[in-house]
Amino acid sequence: MSIAATDISWASGGEAIVQGVTLEVREGETFGLLGPNGSGKSSLLRVLAGLRVPQSGQVALDGADLRAMAPRRIARRIAVVEQHAATDIAISVIEVVRLGRTPHHGILSGWTAEDDRIVEKALARVDLGHRRNQPFHTLSGGERQRVQLARALAQNPTHLILDEPTNHLDIQHQLEILALVQALPITSIVALHDLNLAAMFCDRLGVMKAGRLIACGAPEDVLSAAMIADVFGVRAHVAPSAHHGRVHVQFLR
Amino acid sequence: MSGLRLLVGAAAVLSALLVAIALAVGIGEMPIAPATTLAAVTNRIGLTEIPLRRIEEAVIWDYRLSRALLAALCGAGLALSGAILQSLLRNPLAEPYVLGISAGASTGAVSVMLLGLGAGTVTLSLGAFAGALVAFVFVILLAGTGQAADRTILAGVAASQLFNALTSWIVSTSADAEQVRSVMFWLLGSFAGVRWPDVWLASGVVAAGLAVCIAHARALDAFTFGEDAARSLGIDVRRVRAVLLAVTALMTATMVSIVGAIGFVGLVIPHAARFVVGPGHRRLLPATALTGALFMVLADIASRLVIAPQILPVGVVTALVGVPFFSVILYRARRAA
Repeated sequence: MSIAATDISWASGGEAIVQGVTLEVREGETFGLLGPNGSGKSSLLRVLAGLRVPQSGQVALDGADLRAMAPRRIARRIAVVEQHAATDIAISVIEVVRLGRTPHHGILSGWTAEDDRIVEKALARVDLGHRRNQPFHTLSGGERQRVQLARALAQNPTHLILDEPTNHLDIQHQLEILALVQALPITSIVALHDLNLAAMFCDRLGVMKAGRLIACGAPEDVLSAAMIADVFGVRAHVAPSAHHGRVHVQFLR
Repeated sequence: MSGLRLLVGAAAVLSALLVAIALAVGIGEMPIAPATTLAAVTNRIGLTEIPLRRIEEAVIWDYRLSRALLAALCGAGLALSGAILQSLLRNPLAEPYVLGISAGASTGAVSVMLLGLGAGTVTLSLGAFAGALVAFVFVILLAGTGQAADRTILAGVAASQLFNALTSWIVSTSADAEQVRSVMFWLLGSFAGVRWPDVWLASGVVAAGLAVCIAHARALDAFTFGEDAARSLGIDVRRVRAVLLAVTALMTATMVSIVGAIGFVGLVIPHAARFVVGPGHRRLLPATALTGALFMVLADIASRLVIAPQILPVGVVTALVGVPFFSVILYRARRAA
């Protein structure tokens, strides 16, 4: 149950966004993707999810080339939570979560009790059962993110790809979402801005700079003062935390 | 909304549609009672043998019933096209008329009519279809397929202007006075002179279109959060978009080729239906088609009653209802932005 990218490059409008990235994410791990804005994190995630086709290289899901798989087969395995899911349509929370069952249905197949059970379980997992009939667009940013996560879980995926899921959330909900993702028994790839949250919740980290993956490994190996200075251009002090045992980054003036 | 209430609602709209059709058949220089219309229909399909006046039966069968049925089909087809475009382009203002697709179809049909390429129902439809398709491609290329609602509408305005200008050019250089009058009336929409072959063509296209659209109901739901979201739910976005845009173009083009460009039905009806049955396309699409049919039959009745015995172009009636509605949506969209 692993996802492996081999030397993938993706360009848009003549501009190279992802360049020669090779990466393997192991079964069950939570993999964090770091890097400044515009370093190619979102694009790399889209390529890994099969939403963009790389100009060179390939992405393999358990050894099978993603390009050779039908969209529906991919969607039963990989679920995506976008940075900003928005709609003008007055759709309710439960209807959004039900969208997650789309890849499991053909044109003629009907809705089943099993579908209902999976949707309810996903909704309960993000603790939003009481909001089921509320219109999606009236929710707060954190609640919308949780609804999208529930929709992704309703896909019953083996892989979850999240693009900065904690953006615009208050700290309580940032911790909640990441704890939830980490506890899931599936493989997750998460783009994050906050180095300390990444260190706390991810098993391994990858660092993007100008479209390239320049570091990959355990948080304590990847997060160093030298790397932070090189990639983010700021001075920092990195040391193990006395409270949770993972490394902790303190920025310096 | 529960399944039972939904069924009752659907039955109510369907009965209203049948009553409206019976009323529409009754209106004209020779008023005909709804009971006579019913008897004429049951006689024809062999259920009854009620004696009727020959002339009344002839008026019902040769003029009025085909007209009323075509109005219903036209309303269903245009409303359905609007619903599909709004979902696919994620734009509450999208519909064939606003996007200039009706204008393109008009240009195609007028070209065929006036440039002497033949004037049968089939050639006219093919001309309108080609025109609609050209306008469609024009709008999609100009707007891109991104999320920008404004660009789509702007591209539609450009398409409307362009194709209306081309139509005027063709009309003013090729037509004589008599042709100009008939073309102009036709461009505002008219159910006059509709015959049974038109009805068969329209019913085939609408039935096929409705079937294809309903088969894609789940895929359309998946577009709620945009194209990437649809793709990540396993939708073959390119294929679905191509199929549904082609179906929309076909339905619009067929309607325009028969009755001219009728605006705002595709805009108003899907919103009204969404308000009642919600955004899920399995309910929304049939509800839209049914409501559109009812609305158009009523609009046709109004067009014949308002300045009787003269007839108002039906496009005028739909615009008089549609524009205020359009304004409300614009206003709400501005507040939401």
